[in-house]
Amino acid sequence: MNRHRDNDDTDTRSQEFLTFILGGEEYAIDILRVQEIRGYDAVTPIAHAPEFIKGVMNLRGAIVPIIDLRIKFGLGQPDYTPFTVVVVLNVGRRVVGIVVDAVSDVISVADSQMHPPPELSRAVDLRYITGLAMLDERMLIVVDIEGLMLSADMALVDEAVI
Amino acid sequence: MTIDMSQFYQVFFAEAAEHLESMESLLLALDHENPDDEQLNAIFRAVHSIKGSAGTFGFGDMADLTHVLEGLLDKLRKGELRLSEELVDACLEARDVLGGQLATHRDGAPASPAAAVVAARRLAAVAEAPAPASEVAAPRPVATPADTIFSFVLESPEADQAAVMEALCAELEDFGAVTIEQRDRTAGQPWQLRIAACRDAGAARDVIAFVANAVDLDTVASTTTQLPTDEAAWGLFEDSEVAPDDDGWGLFESVPLPEQGQEADAADGSYGFFSAPSAPAEPERAREARPAANAETTIRVGVDKVDLIINQVGELVITHAMLQQIASALDPIQFERLHSGLAQLERNSRDLQASVMSVRMVPISTVFNRFPRVVRDLSGKLGKQVELKMSGEATELDRGLVERIVDPLTHLVRNSLDHGVETPDKRLAAGKSAVGTVTLKAYQHSGSVVIEVGDDGAGLDRERILAKARERGMALGSANGDRLSDAEVWNLIFEAGFSTAEQVTDVSGRGVGMDVVKRNITALGGRIDIESMAGIGTRMTVRLPLTLAIVDGMSVAVGTESYIVPLGYVLESLQPEPGMIKRMGGVNSLLQVRGDYLPVIALHELFGIRNAETDFTRGIMVLLEVDDRRAALFVDALLGQHQVVIKNLETNYRKVAGIAAATIMGDGRVAFILDAVALVSKAAAGMPAAA
Repeated sequence: MNRHRDNDDTDTRSQEFLTFILGGEEYAIDILRVQEIRGYDAVTPIAHAPEFIKGVMNLRGAIVPIIDLRIKFGLGQPDYTPFTVVVVLNVGRRVVGIVVDAVSDVISVADSQMHPPPELSRAVDLRYITGLAMLDERMLIVVDIEGLMLSADMALVDEAVI
Repeated sequence: MTIDMSQFYQVFFAEAAEHLESMESLLLALDHENPDDEQLNAIFRAVHSIKGSAGTFGFGDMADLTHVLEGLLDKLRKGELRLSEELVDACLEARDVLGGQLATHRDGAPASPAAAVVAARRLAAVAEAPAPASEVAAPRPVATPADTIFSFVLESPEADQAAVMEALCAELEDFGAVTIEQRDRTAGQPWQLRIAACRDAGAARDVIAFVANAVDLDTVASTTTQLPTDEAAWGLFEDSEVAPDDDGWGLFESVPLPEQGQEADAADGSYGFFSAPSAPAEPERAREARPAANAETTIRVGVDKVDLIINQVGELVITHAMLQQIASALDPIQFERLHSGLAQLERNSRDLQASVMSVRMVPISTVFNRFPRVVRDLSGKLGKQVELKMSGEATELDRGLVERIVDPLTHLVRNSLDHGVETPDKRLAAGKSAVGTVTLKAYQHSGSVVIEVGDDGAGLDRERILAKARERGMALGSANGDRLSDAEVWNLIFEAGFSTAEQVTDVSGRGVGMDVVKRNITALGGRIDIESMAGIGTRMTVRLPLTLAIVDGMSVAVGTESYIVPLGYVLESLQPEPGMIKRMGGVNSLLQVRGDYLPVIALHELFGIRNAETDFTRGIMVLLEVDDRRAALFVDALLGQHQVVIKNLETNYRKVAGIAAATIMGDGRVAFILDAVALVSKAAAGMPAAA
């Protein structure tokens, strides 16, 4: 993983992000939410779960649900190869995994490189886009991954117990 | 000079809480006509201990209140005061205030100094009561003080010891003139402290015990038999029944302490004391106390440590399953020793698992113990007369459940008192005795712990409940509720916001109770059922799973998926013949087995599994029984029997209907454990009401 350091050293506040590619767009999420990155393997499907919830996987003894964001955001027909990547996240008090097209790298984004979110968004709900980061020629969509994963339409969390 | 005593606070909080608890149960258990001396002394000791240590730690509010309480109790045990309802109430009130003060110091809860003043005044008022007649037990022998030497090792690091000793001596001045015996100690050697004309060696020892290290405590060589076990100092609080001596029974007679180096033979020394005759009662006490002291060896362990061990045992089970799976592919004859080794490993793991689970099991009495007080207070408040009958207090359940079952049970008991049991007049008018009965029963039954809360009150009012449900616009079926069975009507009260109470009291009636109760119980993996008969009474039955972590299961295949069926619910498995399959209403299938008709649960339909067997005669029917309801689970094939570790699906995901939990199989894949209880209940509900 390369680290891209921003040119402007006088900006003291910057955050680190993991970037990944999904449906031709590049997204950035808070690195602190990322637990690990692994391959897609042995997922047990859950009855009557929405199509984008592929099932659960055994992560060293923990039962982790896997959500394929490619399906969730309607980005064409996904395939599962030995190179398919799962980003394992810590959101809220849960561990969940998301399947993306590819993982890019870990970068630092200074406040000066952060711009307000766009008016429209194709895939991710605008509520969860915190901004756009411009790095060299790359435009990264910065996403509040925790808010997104815990939102009702991700169907991961449910209010009532019964 | 200030020393940082905060490291000792935790111990004080835990032990003070225990003292308060034992005070309460003892106070409630006292027979007013003929109070047991032992109980009175035990209550006195508990209060005295709290007073001593509260003083040492500078919790003046608690020390002050316990001082007043102690004075009252002292008079009581000496026979100068007679026991009465009023007195017990005053003591209970004081105990509650102490609990509040403890909470303030421990948790930072808001303090209410006024409550302490009120309680103290009440105690003073009760203490004025005239001395009783001569039928009271003979006054205790008055303690004749004697010198006592204490030997101990301090817990704080060498550097602070001088400071700690100073503070300790200051505190002990209460008991008598304090002198430190050895001036030039070498590090690590016990300190020796003499208290001249020590008034109450047992209590002095308690105070010392707070700053002395339990493990290194050689002997707090007062004149009791407790010694060699150093835990004696800590253990003191638990076995207050066992060590009747602190109270001054034999101690004070004991005599010839001093000049002889008795620390070393403190043990013998104390025996010697007891042979010194004074009151005839002593020798017996000594003999009793000695064996009992030896029997009392317990360790206080943090729950998180036990949980860690349980998790590790769980992982061991999974690892064994993995090895077993790999080994199953190996020729049994060539690898015979490997196979027998694995079989042995399985036995060892199972034993280890059983032992570890039993560590977590605690008797339900820890939950039930609070109810006598609850019933007493509440029935007084409501103006009802209620007797509480408890049984099965020794029934054990998992510690994790205990804490979480308290609130729901409390709510159920309060409901019985508030809504169930009628006022004495109504009861008499109905031909019942004026005193109502609330029963709390616990027992184990087929893999579950069952707790029953019952009353002999008015029972649930079907019409009132239905009226309320209609008022709230709830869906009640075709005849707007009239065709619902009683059981279904009772279940309506579990809806959020439901209450048929005429007024909201601060006890119940706000309608936030029963739905929360049901939710809490379901979250524990349990269920709650209600039975009621008008005019006769009501009974709520709570069922909780016995073990939380590991279960024996049968793995079954449905299509390309496999599931685990908890073995506890499996009766038998069979391959059905065409004649056994019946249809009902054209939709549901029934399996006829030896005259019984069981509803069929077709998993492939329920879970939408493709590529599964659909012809019942070409698969396997697994007969399940939950309580007295039965159903037949249809699967493609049986795969085997395993012990599986239960992993909660809801930690990272959420509840899935029909699935109880998940587990990890030998091949590393996740498999789901079926919720047999829910599946069978649902299937049985679809059956016409029959036997």
